[in-house]
Amino acid sequence: MRRQGSAHISMFLRMLMRAAVMRRGRAASALLAMVVAAAVATAMMNLYVDVQAKLRKEFRSYGANVVVVGKEGTSLPPDALSKIEAVLAGRGMAVPFAYVVARTASGQSVVVAGTDFARVEKLDRWWSVSGWPNGPQLALVGMRALPVVSADNQPFDLTFQGHTLHLTPAGTLQTGSAEDSRVYVAMPDFFAWTGVQPSTIEVAANGSTDEVNGLITQMAQAVPTADVHPIRQIVEGEAHVLGKTRATLYAAAVLIILTAALCVLATLTGWVFDRRRDFAIMKALGASERMVGGFFAAEAAALGAVGAILGFVIGIGIAAWIGRVNFNASVVPRLSVLPYVLAGSIAVALLSAIVPMSLLRRVQPAIILKGE
Amino acid sequence: MFARLLYESFRRQKRRKLLAGIAITLGVAVATAMIAVATDIGDKINRELRSYGANLLVTPQEDTLDVEIGGVNLKPPSDGSFLNEADLPKIKGTFWRHNILGFSPTLPVNVSLESGGTSKDVTLVGTYFAKQLTFGKDEFTTGVRTTHPWWKVQGEWPADNSGDVLLGEHLATKLGIQSGGSIEISGQPHRVAGIVSTGGPEDDQVVAPLQVAQQALGKAGAVRRIYVSALTKPEDALARRDPKTMKGELFDRWYCSPYVESIAYQLQEAIPHSHAEQIRQVAQNEGTVLSRIKGLMLLVTLAALFASALAVSAAMATAIFERRREVGLMKALGAGNFAVAALFFAESALLALFGGVTGFFAGSFLAHRIGRSIFDSQITIQPVLFPVILAIAVIVTFAGSAAAIRRAVQFDPVFALRGDA
Repeated sequence: MRRQGSAHISMFLRMLMRAAVMRRGRAASALLAMVVAAAVATAMMNLYVDVQAKLRKEFRSYGANVVVVGKEGTSLPPDALSKIEAVLAGRGMAVPFAYVVARTASGQSVVVAGTDFARVEKLDRWWSVSGWPNGPQLALVGMRALPVVSADNQPFDLTFQGHTLHLTPAGTLQTGSAEDSRVYVAMPDFFAWTGVQPSTIEVAANGSTDEVNGLITQMAQAVPTADVHPIRQIVEGEAHVLGKTRATLYAAAVLIILTAALCVLATLTGWVFDRRRDFAIMKALGASERMVGGFFAAEAAALGAVGAILGFVIGIGIAAWIGRVNFNASVVPRLSVLPYVLAGSIAVALLSAIVPMSLLRRVQPAIILKGE
Repeated sequence: MFARLLYESFRRQKRRKLLAGIAITLGVAVATAMIAVATDIGDKINRELRSYGANLLVTPQEDTLDVEIGGVNLKPPSDGSFLNEADLPKIKGTFWRHNILGFSPTLPVNVSLESGGTSKDVTLVGTYFAKQLTFGKDEFTTGVRTTHPWWKVQGEWPADNSGDVLLGEHLATKLGIQSGGSIEISGQPHRVAGIVSTGGPEDDQVVAPLQVAQQALGKAGAVRRIYVSALTKPEDALARRDPKTMKGELFDRWYCSPYVESIAYQLQEAIPHSHAEQIRQVAQNEGTVLSRIKGLMLLVTLAALFASALAVSAAMATAIFERRREVGLMKALGAGNFAVAALFFAESALLALFGGVTGFFAGSFLAHRIGRSIFDSQITIQPVLFPVILAIAVIVTFAGSAAAIRRAVQFDPVFALRGDA
């Protein structure tokens, strides 16, 4: 009984193998359609998951999305920056700013800001700077402040509460907003001169909206004397644009995957339907309905599985290529997509076997074999 | 004879033709929709990027230095020069007026605010909310509701010709005033129409119609700054050149391209004694984000085109593979290779044309639906796309059939008829 069973199985497998080998041409074109569909589906799913993270990174070029300020305009505690950085733990960047109003030699008021230039350069990439200060007593002078403090780009003095700071302009700054009217100096110089602690920390927090909100809560807990709030202009703009892009990509993915699936369905249905003679011969030789059905189903499922795996590999390649060309960063291959692609491919393959089979079932084998 | 063969082939093999036709139609539909979306996505995302707010700022030419920390102006209010409110509609008279989606003037004034017996010094900002303006015959509405879309108001927006004001969120909490309450600004009572939340300095300020600020300052028609939101083209080498160094045709090309620089130049021309500059945070980053999204859609479109081409090819190959016996019969009856190939190619061409036309319209419809549901606007389909799509459909179908036809033609009729195919 058992031997008979194993003989059955080996016959079944031989028929499957033979069907693939003997009809290479047809099997190949059906397989090609399957592979293409699976590849496109894999690439689109992979991109859809990964692109959001990639785009969020691009959106960080808009700079800070969270701002930490002292309540009621007070300075932040001296350890605020280190606490914020501990919360971020590599998930973003924090830049401190301290402000005072100083007087120039001619008695004009000008806002002087102390900051960390190395961080600002990374955070505010849109700042158009002719030369970053890289030493003590060097200043970055806003375009509009320049004529007031140092008309001919010469060293100048600034006074704050009786203390004078001698500065040399290292470069000019142009942003088109409030920064243009300020003079920026390095934090050590600023603190030694004024004794004022930073009052604002600008934070570029990475991640999705929920992750950013979580970071905001944690930062507010870490520095209870500060007011932590998102910069709505940046956060909402990003959410808006990202939402539309995602929706478009989603529509494209659905469209493409659906088309690929339908094309596979059309191709495979033709392929199975065309083998009605095999079907008829098997039935004429006494194979049961279940046996024949199982055979065609197994064949289709095997085709779907092989196509899905080949397509998955190619699809990962396509996604990686798009990532490299467009974002200069590789798209991480997501194995989690494989089960969906595999299941989808086998389902489509089975579906395209069932439709012609149910049509053929009603026909007498003799009629098919006669060729009518 | 040829025509009859062709006709009979379609009449008798409806199912096969239908399947191949469906594959082509679907492929073409997706290709059309994706190309239409990809060509239009730049424009659509550019519009969405305007939700980041104004990308141009117009200030008086002879402006004194701002002394401002965290939105608090530390300078005497009457200091500095002003723009004239009467010049504002001229913005809609510039060359790129259709690219200017909106603008809003601001006029900050330091005032003392009295409510419930306490007095407090605050900044009052006068602006347009949704002001009706006319330039020539053009009527348009502009104000912060267009240029600052992230402002949220609890209560209602004040009318631009009223004395109603918006109170910043923090300020309102501190004063304990809710929308519908009333405050006194420099001795004048004003109704609080709503509480505004912006996440910026406005949260500690009073936002009022422009005329209220002008009255408080005592200068009719004064405007301190104008925020302009314009659709621009990403910056390139030409955009960065100084207009003064350009001559003739080159200058015209620069002037007639919607670069943020050239729009700034035109704003300066339109408004006397003004200085217009791009807000680099918004303007500079638009280009990067836009090019990334455009690039992404382009590559996805390429992948989609490639996939639909292969799918169509596979469908055609299967369709022809099935017909070896027919080829054998034709050849046994004396048909040459050329005649057989011609018949198959004619069939393919017919299928491609039919599938191409239906696919194009289905694709246009899809693109239309995508535009409606995602961007709330039309996706324009260039008429030139139609012949291009048809040509692509025919070429892809031919390419997909070519290999199969070649093999079918080369096959020995004896084997084909014996069924050893």
